[in-house]
Amino acid sequence: MSLSSTLSAAAPMAKTLSEQTKENSWINILIFVAFVAITMIVVFRASRNNKTAADYYAAGRSFSGGQNGTAIAGDYLSAASFLGITGAIAVNGYDGFLYSIGFLVAWLVALLLVAELLRNTGKFTMADVLSFRLKQRPVRIAAATTTLVVCFFYLLAQMAGAGGLVSLLLGLDNSNKAGQNIVIAVVGVLMIVYVLIGGMKGTTWVQIIKAFLLIIGAGIMTIIVLAMHGFNLSTLMDAAVQTSINEGGVGEALLNPGAQYGKAPLDFVSLALALVLGTAALPHVLMRFYTVPTAKEARKSVVWAIWLIGGFYVFTLVLGYGAGALIGKEAILSAPGGVNAAAPLLAFVIGGPILLGFISAVAFATILAVVAGLTITAAASFAHDIYSNVIVKGDPKPEMEVKVARRTVIVIGLVAIGGGILANGQNIAFLVALAFAIAASANLPTIIYSLFWKKFTTQGALWSMYGGLASAILLIAFSPVVSGNEKAMIPGADFSWFPLANPGIISIPLAFFLGWLGTVLDKNSEDPRIQAEMDVRSLTGVGAEKASDH
Amino acid sequence: MGNSAHASKKNPVDFIAEQNSEEFKALKKSHRNFVFPVAIGFLVWYFAYVLLAAYAHDFMSIKVWGNFNIGLIMGLLQFVTTFGITTWYVTYANRKLDPQAAVIRTRLEKQIDDAGMTKEEV
Repeated sequence: MSLSSTLSAAAPMAKTLSEQTKENSWINILIFVAFVAITMIVVFRASRNNKTAADYYAAGRSFSGGQNGTAIAGDYLSAASFLGITGAIAVNGYDGFLYSIGFLVAWLVALLLVAELLRNTGKFTMADVLSFRLKQRPVRIAAATTTLVVCFFYLLAQMAGAGGLVSLLLGLDNSNKAGQNIVIAVVGVLMIVYVLIGGMKGTTWVQIIKAFLLIIGAGIMTIIVLAMHGFNLSTLMDAAVQTSINEGGVGEALLNPGAQYGKAPLDFVSLALALVLGTAALPHVLMRFYTVPTAKEARKSVVWAIWLIGGFYVFTLVLGYGAGALIGKEAILSAPGGVNAAAPLLAFVIGGPILLGFISAVAFATILAVVAGLTITAAASFAHDIYSNVIVKGDPKPEMEVKVARRTVIVIGLVAIGGGILANGQNIAFLVALAFAIAASANLPTIIYSLFWKKFTTQGALWSMYGGLASAILLIAFSPVVSGNEKAMIPGADFSWFPLANPGIISIPLAFFLGWLGTVLDKNSEDPRIQAEMDVRSLTGVGAEKASDH
Repeated sequence: MGNSAHASKKNPVDFIAEQNSEEFKALKKSHRNFVFPVAIGFLVWYFAYVLLAAYAHDFMSIKVWGNFNIGLIMGLLQFVTTFGITTWYVTYANRKLDPQAAVIRTRLEKQIDDAGMTKEEV
């Protein structure tokens, strides 16, 4: 197939895509139902051994590094990564690529500074590590609060994304809010069932299956796109530039930085900071390190995750320019779903309705797997940190903690459905970036200080966590994203005075500063014996939680 | 239940003495002498790239080979360095950190066993 004939064939296809997807939406639904059926069977099988808290939250710590690394990739590569980055590269060229670099490099923070030490010192949640040598109650409450807030925003982004995807994948109109809300509710109910029955083991298997399908799907598309351009990335970029010129776009500038962030470079720097420091502080990522038996396996998990995630982002570069070349910016933006439509449109153009159905189902599965991971994290944090260690003061009746966790899952599921319906139509990339910024501000300074700074105290931890959380949320509330212009969440009002869309560049350094200040001003010091124990345990693994036998 | 940190007061291991032992200090030094400089290094390299992409558009747009400009090459090099540092750290940890940690862990676990305690309280 020559390039020009592909191009001329693609343009009308893209125009009638909404009709095409409507005709073929039964394929999408069929493949998605098959995914749900298979994962349900796996979840039911996995649920047999969910007896203790360690089984329910940490899958009995029985996954291998490779399995857990694949699950991490499944947890991390959300719809924002797949649809968002592909679309951003297709539409804005080089600037879309910048996202993926931040998302990948961030894993080095997790690998070098966090993963193994956390595995050695914690049990189920991030708060286990943060409160290890500090005062239990206040630090646990603070850590559980930040965990729940981060999970909430991340969950909201995924649920809102589910609604938007529907219009694209099932051929529903953008205006069909009722149809979208039904799908949000379906995603929420499925997620509750997965997490309720399967616990961490079931959730992990859903993520592994999804990661496998997503990477295979993206890999196949990448090979087809490259084959159409002589396996030469430079030729592919030429084709993207040519398509852009043909439709009167930016042409050559597609390959250069500036299309998206050219007018707001500081905004981009702030986002880049939040992305690189946020990953290693995302509670649902941290919790995955407890599902392996040893720190060495935790290290292997991160290595697997880095290779899979990095490889996937290389695919998105090819897919993004491929969509730019074979479909073009205008056709993408006018399709239902807008920017997010680039990857599904590309699948349709290069592989017809079957590939479109496969990719659509994978995109749905992606949302499902990510929300399941977030839900179990939030439920574990509430049940283990708030219920067991604060409400009943570390002495819950046997089995009660898991019971509380399961009830929390239902509550979180219902909140997510409600929130997702309310947030439907909000900017997904912004909500995800916000979750990263809050995680980097509220969690990372305390994680780093408690692992590496001997003198760190309870007051420092509380100042840093609450200060980081409050400053990140306040700066967002007074940013142009919330008010002051037509595209804002509240377009009618104007109370914005903070110029940036991402708070990271202020709130992250502030939280590090507050952690230091709170510590040096603290009149109390912490028990040096527990500090010594944490220090020795974090590096050697002595006394670390072992895998349970089944 | 709760956090096993609370159990530490009954622990037969004197962790302060252990923390000050030459063996542990050597392990800690091996760990920090690797992770701190490497972490600072990759963050500086990442932010150099971010700042160039944000503020030096003309420089990043210079074509080097075909359609590959400096921006794309530097971006792809971020992937290469990330994979490279990952492999480097794993090699280092397997060769240097794990054996040191294993010696200390085995010794301490023996102490705990000898004192007739369970290794963990779940």
